[in-house]
Amino acid sequence: MKQPFEKVVAQHGGTVLRVCRVVLGVHDAEDAWSETFLAAMRAYPDLPDNANAEAWLVTIAHRKAIDVLRARKRQPAPVGEIPESPTALGVPGAGDGDLWQAVGALPDKQRQAVAYHYVAGLAYAEIAKILGGTTDAARRAAADGVKNLRKNYPGATTEGAPS
Amino acid sequence: MNISPDYFASPSDPDTLPRLRGRLGLAAEAEGLLDVAYTTIDSPVGTLLLAATPKGLVRVAYDVEDHDRVLDTLSQRLSPRVLRAPKRLDAAARELDEYFSRQRRAFDLPLDLSLSKWFRQLVQQRLPEIGYGQTRTYGQVAELVGNPKAVRAVGTACATNPLPVVVPCHRVLRADGTPGGYVGGPGAKKALLRLEAAA
Repeated sequence: MKQPFEKVVAQHGGTVLRVCRVVLGVHDAEDAWSETFLAAMRAYPDLPDNANAEAWLVTIAHRKAIDVLRARKRQPAPVGEIPESPTALGVPGAGDGDLWQAVGALPDKQRQAVAYHYVAGLAYAEIAKILGGTTDAARRAAADGVKNLRKNYPGATTEGAPS
Repeated sequence: MNISPDYFASPSDPDTLPRLRGRLGLAAEAEGLLDVAYTTIDSPVGTLLLAATPKGLVRVAYDVEDHDRVLDTLSQRLSPRVLRAPKRLDAAARELDEYFSRQRRAFDLPLDLSLSKWFRQLVQQRLPEIGYGQTRTYGQVAELVGNPKAVRAVGTACATNPLPVVVPCHRVLRADGTPGGYVGGPGAKKALLRLEAAA
């Protein structure tokens, strides 16, 4: 039986918002969240009843985020000083700005793999389907992402994260 | 510092998500995706769930019906595109408020009776003809719909009324004058009859 879409939003809304924040930064996360759930609601009647709703939503969020990332690359932010590496991540809470800077500085694929594995809790096989490429490549992208985060933000560990 | 889901939570989440969900309801309505909108209101007969399709009010449900189950049924029978989106229910909520404060005697709302079929729908269409503060017996309603022998079927039609309060099945009583069954429980039926009698 297909549950009311409201329950899908209630169950996965928070996770999708965090995924969007990690992939896009705080500034664009809310619009990506809205686009994701609107597209999901449109397609929802055709989603198989036994589908993994979270993986499905992350897949949609991934596509929406790619649109935003592409638009950003076409249209660089109007800043006076060109940053060393592209980052559009805002600072979500006081004190942890450095980690967000470090997350924002990761290459797209590493940041996506980190978000989908450590935030959404998806298995690497699912992530490979979203990113394209092999399961090993997805695992490697997440591992490289975490390694880079540790390098740039020494406090980071992955203790308690899904394996 | 763990890289865990919680880490990426933000202190603003408790405010952000309700705001985004509200925005989703408005956008879904604008895009024509909101097949079933619902909200809940407080009333003297408990919390009522109100649901509407683009055609009109499709469901009023009492607490005792279990709102989660009611939503599951709407998802199955109408469309799974169900969202809590109070705006579409503004007029219904206001008219119910007026009714419960004795400022309204009839409802003026577009209704969607698609949850009922055939004879049941026919009965439910005719029930608003029983005026405020009046009552009829199941047998009288059977006569009203032109099928005097269908007393039990009228009882079933009342028991399965998807729009209690608004479609006044509470005004249909047993021949001996006792209230008979009610989807919101006998207490709710008596409360509505008392409310209307006192006006």
